[in-house]
Amino acid sequence: MLEDLFSVVKMRFNGDKKENSNEGGKPSIPKGLMFKCPRCSNVVFMEEFEKTGKVCPNCNYHARLSSRERLDITVDKGSFVEYDPLMTSKNPIDFEGYPEKQADLRAKTGLKDAVITGEATIRGEKVVIGIMDSRYMMASMGSVVGEKITRAFEQAEKKKLPVIMFTCSGGARMQEGTVSLMQMAKTCAAAKRYSDSGGLYITVMTDPTTGGVTASFASVGDIIIAEPKVLIGFAGRRVIEGTIKQRLPDDFQSAEFLLQHGFIDMIVERSKIRRTIAHLIKLHKG
Amino acid sequence: MNSLTACERLDIIRHKNRPTVRDYIPMLFDDFFEMHGDRLYGDDGAIIGGVGYFKGKPVTVIATVKGRNLEENKASNFGMPHPEGYRKALRLAKQAEKFHRPVICLVDTAGAFCGIEAEERGQGEAIAKNLMEFSSLKTPVITIILGEGGSGGALALAVCDELAMLENALYSVISPRGCASILWKDASREREACEVLKITAEDLSRLGICDGIIEEAPGGAHNDPELTAEYISEYISGAIKRKCEKGLDELLNERYTKFRKVGEFSEN
Ligand SMILES: [Zn+2]
Repeated sequence: MLEDLFSVVKMRFNGDKKENSNEGGKPSIPKGLMFKCPRCSNVVFMEEFEKTGKVCPNCNYHARLSSRERLDITVDKGSFVEYDPLMTSKNPIDFEGYPEKQADLRAKTGLKDAVITGEATIRGEKVVIGIMDSRYMMASMGSVVGEKITRAFEQAEKKKLPVIMFTCSGGARMQEGTVSLMQMAKTCAAAKRYSDSGGLYITVMTDPTTGGVTASFASVGDIIIAEPKVLIGFAGRRVIEGTIKQRLPDDFQSAEFLLQHGFIDMIVERSKIRRTIAHLIKLHKG
Repeated sequence: MNSLTACERLDIIRHKNRPTVRDYIPMLFDDFFEMHGDRLYGDDGAIIGGVGYFKGKPVTVIATVKGRNLEENKASNFGMPHPEGYRKALRLAKQAEKFHRPVICLVDTAGAFCGIEAEERGQGEAIAKNLMEFSSLKTPVITIILGEGGSGGALALAVCDELAMLENALYSVISPRGCASILWKDASREREACEVLKITAEDLSRLGICDGIIEEAPGGAHNDPELTAEYISEYISGAIKRKCEKGLDELLNERYTKFRKVGEFSEN
């Protein structure tokens, strides 16, 4: 029913857990040194895996990235100037345990909330960029995400820069109640003003982009790119399975599924995203 | 106005005789002509839309429809729209813009439908597009939440100049049931979650989200649908008057600000 926007996204691959398990008495893989692919079980040196932007060289599995990792492989070195680095959420509906949960996550991840925004260059092209980070409350959208995304559009409009958003999210942030729902309207209104001013908006959907973020700013880009095989959808898989009382096919809500149904423009491998964005920006300069 | 808890209000809006938009539309509007279809895929029975007179002035009406019985509910998918419903709503809103009619949205939905076909046809995109387009629709938009305001499925008809709620209506990002099952892994604790989420008209007025609370008949709208319709009618009259006297730039700037200002954060 209503669970739609707060879709609980199940990890499709339990990679991190399997990595450390010691199956059948075989010598275990030391954590951090090797990477075992959760999809094909191929084992590579972590160093090699990281060099490829955390893509499995055997099966092309794209592991999730932190916002910093994404930034590093996307923008020109040293070009990023962050917007609103200190912004933190209050507790608008006095939700029990919310401040503690955030304090804990801030300590663990070094993040202030689930998105970083700012200005940078990508192969010399100046952009306003936003990158969501699923480690922070499943990158759910509350006041901070809503405000930072909105400001990013407003800045980009003022400075006449393209906007690049790397999305991932479990949906709206339940702990902020209806205030979180309003962030959907707020970000879309900002995207609309920016669009009316003639700005180019490119979305890159990464794993997983769902719920209230899919149903707001992620879906209104002029160009929508997705990484291969990522999960993109509105309702959570389990919610749908509960409604229809049957198991959904594995490729349901995959990037390929969305491409086939006409909701994204292209699927681009991680190693080519930076180049693709730079090309598209050039193309739109005329 | 009464001072009930959120879950007491939940019981009232779930009352089997709670009036639906099918009851209200004839009481609020004259010569209502229903329009069908999104011109893309189909016609969604969960959203009714059309034109009619409100106190002698043409308006566009867009509403989510809950059935009064099983048969009606089957036809309206229990009030849970598919993407084509949101696209029909947008088509009619654009038509209202063209012909300079105010848009009145009446919302009572558990949320957008969650199913295979809804995903295939882009439920997320359909909602997002409405949020974006309604934010700059060049005509006044008044939304009234009659009962359940279920998340993005309600918001898709609630990017407006004034949002009012019937006094017992609830407007939430997640159903209390869904919240309880995430929080406590126990959906049966929905009554607790109902209070935790701060979803009554009073809560949402305090949070700057709800602009007006419309009184219901004593004990709830089901006790006197006509009287409740009169209260709704009075509110719509005032809201249209307030919005129609504004210039377009002022109207759109205020609409932008209405949503722009929601959010609580600190910057140091
Ligand atoms: Zn692999």
